[in-house]
Amino acid sequence: MFSHSTLEKNSILMLIGILIVVSIGGIVEIAPLFYLESTIEKVKGMRPYTPLELAGRNIYIREGCYNCHSQMVRPFRDEIDRYGPYSLAAESMYDHPFQWGSKRTGPDLARVGGKYSDNWHREHLSAPRSVVPESVMPGYPFLMDNPAKINDIAGHLKANRAVGVPYTDAMIASAAADIVAQADPDSDGAEALVERYPKAQVRDFDGRPGQPSEMDALIAYLQMLGTLVDFSAYKAQENLR
Amino acid sequence: MSFLTIGALGFGALLGAFLAANAVDTGILAYGLLLVVFCVVGVFWVMRRGDDTGGPADPNSAIPYNDAVVRAGVIASTFWGVVGFLAGLAIALQLTFPVLNFDLPWTNFGRLRPLHTSAVVFAFGGNVLIMSSFHIVQRTCQARLAGGWAPWFVFWGYQLFIIMAATGYLFGITQSKEYAEPEWYVDLWLTVVWVVYLLVFLGTLWRRREPHIYVANWFFLAFIVTIALLHIVNNLAMPVSFFGVKSYSLFAGVQDALTQWWYGHNAVGFFLTAGFLGLMYYYVPKQAQRPVYSYRLSIVHFWSLIFLYIWAGPHHLHYTALPDWAQTLGMTFSVMLWMPSWGGMINGLMTLSGAWDKLRTDPILRMLVMSIAFYGMSTFEGPLMAIKAVNALSHYTDWTIGHVHSGALGWVGMVSFGAIYFLAPRMWNRSRLYSVRLVSTHFWLATIGIILYITAMWVSGIMQGLMWRSYDSLGFLEYSFAETVAAMHPFYLIRTIGGGFFVAGALVMAYNVFRTARGDLREERPYESEPVPVPA
Amino acid sequence: MTYQDISYFAQTWGLLYLIILFVGMLIYAFRPWAKKKFDNAALIPFKED
Repeated sequence: MFSHSTLEKNSILMLIGILIVVSIGGIVEIAPLFYLESTIEKVKGMRPYTPLELAGRNIYIREGCYNCHSQMVRPFRDEIDRYGPYSLAAESMYDHPFQWGSKRTGPDLARVGGKYSDNWHREHLSAPRSVVPESVMPGYPFLMDNPAKINDIAGHLKANRAVGVPYTDAMIASAAADIVAQADPDSDGAEALVERYPKAQVRDFDGRPGQPSEMDALIAYLQMLGTLVDFSAYKAQENLR
Repeated sequence: MSFLTIGALGFGALLGAFLAANAVDTGILAYGLLLVVFCVVGVFWVMRRGDDTGGPADPNSAIPYNDAVVRAGVIASTFWGVVGFLAGLAIALQLTFPVLNFDLPWTNFGRLRPLHTSAVVFAFGGNVLIMSSFHIVQRTCQARLAGGWAPWFVFWGYQLFIIMAATGYLFGITQSKEYAEPEWYVDLWLTVVWVVYLLVFLGTLWRRREPHIYVANWFFLAFIVTIALLHIVNNLAMPVSFFGVKSYSLFAGVQDALTQWWYGHNAVGFFLTAGFLGLMYYYVPKQAQRPVYSYRLSIVHFWSLIFLYIWAGPHHLHYTALPDWAQTLGMTFSVMLWMPSWGGMINGLMTLSGAWDKLRTDPILRMLVMSIAFYGMSTFEGPLMAIKAVNALSHYTDWTIGHVHSGALGWVGMVSFGAIYFLAPRMWNRSRLYSVRLVSTHFWLATIGIILYITAMWVSGIMQGLMWRSYDSLGFLEYSFAETVAAMHPFYLIRTIGGGFFVAGALVMAYNVFRTARGDLREERPYESEPVPVPA
Repeated sequence: MTYQDISYFAQTWGLLYLIILFVGMLIYAFRPWAKKKFDNAALIPFKED
């Protein structure tokens, strides 16, 4: 029979016991998420980030925006009124890592795309209290002067592909050109970009011609948030839990 | 043994040089060179010390304990505590007066907030845990710490981890997963340090003279093993280049979210709870000079705590795109967690039964008891907030911040201060602390600070949650988001003042520890019956 | 795998696993003949010096 004192006296057995006990909870909760329909369903409209949006997303992460802004609208009347339709799992399927956040010192940003003009974002990011007097947000005027990193963007797409984002060879090959083209509406590459990335917005986001700045990248990212899925067409299937 | 250590350090220096030489960005260049410096200084340090890996604080000790590394832990814990609390005060000030962000990349709230959380949880809390586990495992096994230089590698390697993580945040190097912000190369380094830590701990257990492993060590073992598991799984990532800092996490979206909060919640459960319960089960009996109230209850506490905690993560994702069944599971286990938590609290408090009068004369014991009280309070509040209906209001608000701080400042902070005050005179072999009265000063500063902090956050959190969902008579949202931000200003100010009190208390402690280490004794009126005298 | 499969598993085997674990833990801690051993173990912190 199993002797209890063995467990007390044998540190390795205790270690294994601890590992078994703590593993079960994690496996039971996390593993099904890779198989259940509601967490892996594909929703029409979702596509990988354009190179400029991805660069903007990396600036969002770098500056720690997630510390104060969530990207997860909960299914409550007030949140839907304030922010828009509640968030679907599929909307963050290409987010490595996710940016749902845990605190709203500032408002939710899951559907901020298209709510404000580029000009407003530029002012707000450079000097938040010039447009929202009550704001406690830090200013990021330096984004205007930092050029977005362009030369290694293809590597970023490749790393994303390695973890499961469906970037095609064509997307990776043209990444460096695409990142410039999206911030320059007069460029030749703009049409091909929109073909590769449907609904991609091509504009001079920071209002300053030339090489894309970090401001271009961040605004491009903010302006696409929540705009990919067409909610007038989306019908949640009934058996999804 | 020294030969092996020097060889390993030499290999580390070569690896650092290789990384720096091939670096594609300044981050890897800087950290490669830092690794070279770390290893080269380490080689010289090991050679200069010869075979002296540290001896007992008490020269008459029959067992050759390694107290030198515990002593280093007291200094590091005190130092990082002050740094982490100051960083917290700084960001509390930024939320009150946003001009203090200075609009520079390196000083904005978004970069400083992970600096604060990592500094208090990993730098302060981690050093306290390493220090105490090294002390307790030696004393309860009556054996010297295993592994020669290995404990020193754990200590200094952990400091290097802190430096790499903290400076990285300032330069914008982050994975953005809360409490797991360090990038892939820092994660790998911590994994190496952690495996050595586990081996040192196990090696010491194997040397024990006592057949039974004391329960405090069970908690430490669960803490070390589970943190290793959580750390590795949650940080799985694909670097853009093996010579660059940036990586993309292996999981995405909902899977990534649950993996992160499985990690995040159990960083609380196993780092900030199980580990510090190890402290409680040793330092409270020692300071009160009586055995734990019920050893059998402590066993039930242990197994039920580690079993239930691991399930509770999904309560961080209530009403999100996570499936309902996972949320319900997380909520159910969180509520159940209330029972072992209070079992542990009762066990800790009842250890003092028949000796409550000691609270009047022993401020260190008072600190430890206050920490258990806050443990009880936060572990009641936590399950409450994990109930979906409550969470609908509390989530995304300052209520969560208040809850975290009642646990972090009240429970983790107070029990850590108690451990530091317990260890300082013993590890420097002094007859007592420089000043016992100053411990009482620290106690009151910290308590007032915590109460100001958590009450301010309750009010601001619940107020903001209610304002967000408030509708006017015409069916429109009553408040704009900006109005809720403006309404929180007074509470942010109160919170900052509370934080100021807490920092002041920590500075008093740092001064007291410094004078104790120097061997000074403050002339002061002793308490009616002197607190526990340190045995010669 | 469907939601039904998982909930069935949780409500049967999951429940059994929980109960066995909990009862086993209680027996282990509170079996009468181990009282003396645990009382001794509680004194370990005071043996050091």
